[in-house]
Order: sequence, then structure tokens, then C-alpha cells
Amino acid sequence: MIVTRTFLGTPPFPVAAKAALADSQLRSNMRNATHTIRAKRARVIGELDDFEQLRQGAADIKDHTMSNLGDYLLQVEESLTRAGATVHWARDADEANKIVVDIARSHKVDEVVKVKSMATQEIELNVALEAAGIAAWETDLAEMIVQLGDDLPSHILVPAIHRNRSEVREIFLREMGKVGMPPEADLTDEPAELAGAARRHLREKFMRAKVAISGANFLIADTGTLCVVESEGNGRMCLTLPEVLITVVGIEKVLPTFSDLEVFLQLLPRSATGERMNPYTSTWNGVTPGDGPQEVHVVLLDNGRTKVLADEVGRQALRCIRCSSCMNVCPVYERTGGHAYGSVYPGPIGSILTPMLRGVGIDEATDAMPFASSLCGACYEVCPVKINIPEVLVHLRGKVVDSHRGGVPGALQAAMTGASWTLGRGSRLALLQKFAGVAGQVFGRRGVIGRMPAPLSRWTDARDLPVPPRESFRAWWSRTDGGRRDNGSQPTTPHKGRGKR
Amino acid sequence: MKVGLFVTCLNDTMFPQTGQATVRLLRRLGVEVDFPKAQTCCGQMHVNSGYVPEAIPAVRAFVDAFAGYDAVVTPSGSCAASVRHQHPVVAERSGDTTLVRGVDSLAPRVYELSEFLVDVLGVVDVGAYFPHKVTMHPTCHSTRLLGVGDRPEKLLRAVRGITMIDLPEAEECCGFGGTFSMKNPDVSVAMGADKARHVRESGAEVLVAGDNSCLMHIQGLLTRQRAGVRVMHLAEILAAQEVAA
Repeated sequence: MIVTRTFLGTPPFPVAAKAALADSQLRSNMRNATHTIRAKRARVIGELDDFEQLRQGAADIKDHTMSNLGDYLLQVEESLTRAGATVHWARDADEANKIVVDIARSHKVDEVVKVKSMATQEIELNVALEAAGIAAWETDLAEMIVQLGDDLPSHILVPAIHRNRSEVREIFLREMGKVGMPPEADLTDEPAELAGAARRHLREKFMRAKVAISGANFLIADTGTLCVVESEGNGRMCLTLPEVLITVVGIEKVLPTFSDLEVFLQLLPRSATGERMNPYTSTWNGVTPGDGPQEVHVVLLDNGRTKVLADEVGRQALRCIRCSSCMNVCPVYERTGGHAYGSVYPGPIGSILTPMLRGVGIDEATDAMPFASSLCGACYEVCPVKINIPEVLVHLRGKVVDSHRGGVPGALQAAMTGASWTLGRGSRLALLQKFAGVAGQVFGRRGVIGRMPAPLSRWTDARDLPVPPRESFRAWWSRTDGGRRDNGSQPTTPHKGRGKR
Repeated sequence: MKVGLFVTCLNDTMFPQTGQATVRLLRRLGVEVDFPKAQTCCGQMHVNSGYVPEAIPAVRAFVDAFAGYDAVVTPSGSCAASVRHQHPVVAERSGDTTLVRGVDSLAPRVYELSEFLVDVLGVVDVGAYFPHKVTMHPTCHSTRLLGVGDRPEKLLRAVRGITMIDLPEAEECCGFGGTFSMKNPDVSVAMGADKARHVRESGAEVLVAGDNSCLMHIQGLLTRQRAGVRVMHLAEILAAQEVAA
């Protein structure tokens, strides 16, 4: 039986990122994958002449739903119950896991099949099932690659994005036979052959499973419809073949009406995989007698979401439809991959969602997440529900800093307090500039400052620092009456002292 | 029109030539720009590092220095964006309603250099001469936060003698990111190394941008590599003129 790994113990981002950056295979896999998907997304988004209106519409629908979430959740419960489903409410991961494990146990199964789901990863459901002696088989191809490879997901949509096809072949050959149908011995790394091996391996599990577990992309209040959007059809196998279906869904997945779905089904596939429409969109309403699962459970999961909703700036993160376009365009994520973030939600959205779900000021790794961004804004530009991720990142940085105030100030706090005082008056800044000018004369060599001790080494280990000039701008302004008495020559060629060899 | 120059703390302290070029350029275009000495910094280093209350003195100094001007021009896309998007947040946090009102009335009058030239002065050809091969890094805050669009590029293309070369993956972040460059130096350098490689491969002699912060980072990598590519601020190229022999 497979033992699922978790992100527990991942070092803070700067440390984990350093290790990831040194992995040239990872760098190359990530660059290829993110650039390919970026180009595909840009092409199909470019076809829409109303993309801006669509994303505004999507944001508005989500914001409206979140402001009336209590009412809509009660409507969800009513609609689902009417359709023959059993609704469960889970405050946190432990409650949700217990509900699912108890249902599985009541059917005396030792295995379940799973549709790809972020909610169940967030609550580490597989770990809970394994502890109860129940094997949870991931049936999404990439999730299966991660599971077989005793690995962790590094992307919310393409969890094995950090693997290339020859690595996938090795994992299949080494691991598949241990847990079920093995691949052909002469398996190559041709995508069609790899998919064929996965299909044979999974079919055996689909035909045998009595219980399936899924998440949901959308949960529609007025009809009680659940919706799963996928590419492979393995999700639909799970949703239709077993007798029992348990769906764990975050409470922020609610949409008020069935017609709201059209907005999101235009945005999600284009933003996620760069397709106009995904191959499989499954919807179901409770139990249909004689067709599909005859026992349907829905677990409504909070697990920190109401806490996020209470944050006026941060609540926009609850609009997220898990498309992953922010990851695919992020220059930081592209270089480190997802594991360095230490969360099932990596990349830009993970850097805001994870700290809000977990809470800040508790552990160093979570507190490092909002700082894992250069604030370039590429994520906000592509987000189909207009989450201003840089704004929330900066907001959370403030919360992290505030959570550590009151103790003995660290070096950074002291530097920031000093800088704050200096920048309160022009005269104080002028004084600092005099010191900088002197320091420049002491440390400058060949027009630059080279390697310096810590903490400056964080800059100078790989980059030169420019030499502070003898005369600041404000000193020049005073001396020359705003340049009116400046007899210096006007440069027509690139300025000396800049990039000088 | 009374125009104030917000030179920014970085240019003031490290790159006075950019401020001087801005003054020369604006004067040549008939704008008598003033430099109020009470100015210090936009405060974004503090805000972006999570130290919002510590940014209040800088924002107060900014409002005190520039309240009396009809327009404020700054040779930095990043600092202009901070004034527009972050000053209201900082002022709100201060609880000082006078500061909130001061910020609200001042922020819309603050322009990044290319915005001021194209939108306020209505010029594209500023009469510059710069006979070199130049490539441009558009900078994230100019393009994504301010939305300067093609204004810098238009201004550069109108410069006599210049040869503009496209920068591959130009819109990608250089990896500076303020204190990100110190908190996450390895990722910052990895991003900057790719940017520097694109600059070298472009074959340009000069890399230009509207922000010296990004340029300081990219230049630090280029000089460490002895790349022989120079970096210049947009203002310096636009101020450059042919000198009579």
C-alpha cells in the first residue's frame, strides 16, 4: 500500500527555492511546460473579444455569492437533499476526513478511487484513509504519476509538471506492478504508450471500486448540481461506475444559478489548459435511480474559508477557480517549481491562500510565502476572476510583520525603523547621502562595489553594486542652483561609471 | 503650470545623473521644473516589505513637499505606481484625515516621465540624438501597475540616430522586486540572469528602462559578467543631444 507524503517539514521558501534552482532537470522541465501552456492560453484568450467583461462578470458573481454565502449554502443543502444526496458540514480537515472515512468504512471497503481534487489534498484525506486501512487510488494521470513516484504535487492542475516523459516511463516501469496492472515490459516514453499503460492500470481499479471520492469545480445553489471539469475522462469513470460517491467541496465553490456556469465554463478551460473547451464536463444532481451511484454524499468544507472571508482585502482569494494560470505565468514559480512553496497550493495563488487558510505568525515557512514574489503583477493580469494577488501579497506581508511586533526587534525591523526615521525629513536623507558618498569612495573598485560581507552579500554574491556618487542629486541641485550654474559637460554617450569595464 | 520633480530616493542617492537628465530634458521642452527639498521617498520599500506604519513619515513628507504643485513628474514607473496605489492605503492606516485628503488630491497629479511627456506636454519627439543600438526593458510596474503602454517606446523611436532592438521576453520580470532581491536572492538572481542573457543576445550596446531599480539589478549582473552592455535611464537618452565638434 502507498503511503502518501505531505508537505510537513518543507523548509521556508528561500531555502527550498535555493535547492530547487540547483536542479537543472527541474528547471528545464518547468520552463518547457510553463512556456508551452502560457502560449496556448494567450492564443485562446486572444480569441475572446469580451474577455475583460467575462472576468469582471465572474468576479462579480463570486463576490455576490461570498457576500450572501450563508443563504446560498442553506439553499445548496436544500437542493441537494431534495435530489437525494446526503449533505455533511465539516468545519475543518479532521471533521471532513472523519466523515469520509466513516462512510467508506460503513461499506466495508479497503480501497476507493479518486477524482483529482484540491480540497481532498488540502485536508490530506489520503493520509486519513490510509490510517484507516483504506487505499485511495488517484485516477488523474498526473496525480497517479505523483502517487506512484512517492512524490508531492507541484502544480494544482498538472501535479506532475516537474516530471518529463522519460521520468514518467521510469516511474511506471518501477512502481505500477506493485499496486496493480503492470505496464508492458517494452514500454517507451511515447505519450500514447504511457497513456495506454495508465488506461489499462486504471480500468482494473475503476471496474472493482465500490466507493469513489471527488471534489467539485462548481456547486450550484438553485439546482443542487455538482460539476467536475476535466480532460481525461478518468473523473467521469469515478463519478459514474461506483455505487457510492462522496464529494468534498469547499464552501467557496458555490454559484447561485445554473446559468452562472456559462461564464465560468468559458473562462476556466481557456485559462487552465489553453483549450476552448475541456474534453469532459460532468454534472450530477444527487441520485438518479438505476443510473450511476445510488448513494451520494456531499461534504461542505470550511477549513479556514470563513476566516478568509472575514479579511476585507484577502477575501477576493475565495473567487479562485483553481485554473492555475497565475502559476503558469509566474517567473518565480517557473524557476523553483511548486514543491519549494511547501503547500498543496503553490505559486501566486498559493502564496496568498495558504497563509490565510493556515493563519500567519505561527510558523516560519507559512510566513515566508507572501514574500515569495517580486510583485511583477503577471498573475493579476491573467487571473480570470481578477484576484489582485500582488495587493493581497503586500497586505499579508503587513500581517506577517505585525504578528511579530512587540518582541525584541530583529535586524530587518531595526533597519526599517531607521529608514522610516531617515525618510521622514529631506535633511536626514541628505545626511545619509553624505555617508553613502564616503562609503562609495572606500569600497568602490573599477566603478562598482564587488563582494561584501553579510547581509550585503545577499546582493553582492552574484551582483555588483553601483558606487554611490560623491554628490547626491539634491547636493548638486543646491550647488548649481538647479543646474543653472552647472558648467559640467552634457553626456551624449552612455554615462561613465555605468557598466564601465 | 508649476511642476515639481520627484526625483526618488534611489535616484537622489545613487543615480543623480538621471535627475539631472530629467531637469535638462524638461527645461529644453520649456518646463521650468522645481525640486522641493522636503521630498524623500515614496515609501514603497516599507509597504512592500510589510512595514506600512513605517511608511507614514515618507508619505507625509511627499504630500508636504508637493501639495502646492500643479503636476509632479518622476523618472520612475515604480514610484509613480506606489504614489497612486499605495499612498491611499498608507494614509488610511495613519488615521490622519488631513493626510488622506492630501493624498487623494495629490496622487492624480503625479506622472511618470513618459506619461508626463506624452500626455501632459503632448510631445513624442523630444529632440534627442543618440546614435546607438538600444534595447528596452519595459519594467513590470510601468506596464502592469501604471499602464504606460507604448509611451516609452514611442519616445525612444523618435530619437534621432537611435537603433531600437527588440528584447526577447521583454515583459518578463527582471527579478529585482525591492527587498525580494535580498530576501530571496537566489530566485532574484536566477530571474535576473535570464534577463541579462536576453540583453546580451539582443546585441544592443545599451539597455534602457524607466526605472533605475530594475537597471541596478540587471547592471549588477552584467558588470559581474563583464558583459560590456551599458544601462541607461530613459531620461538620460531623451536628454542626450548632439554636441557641436
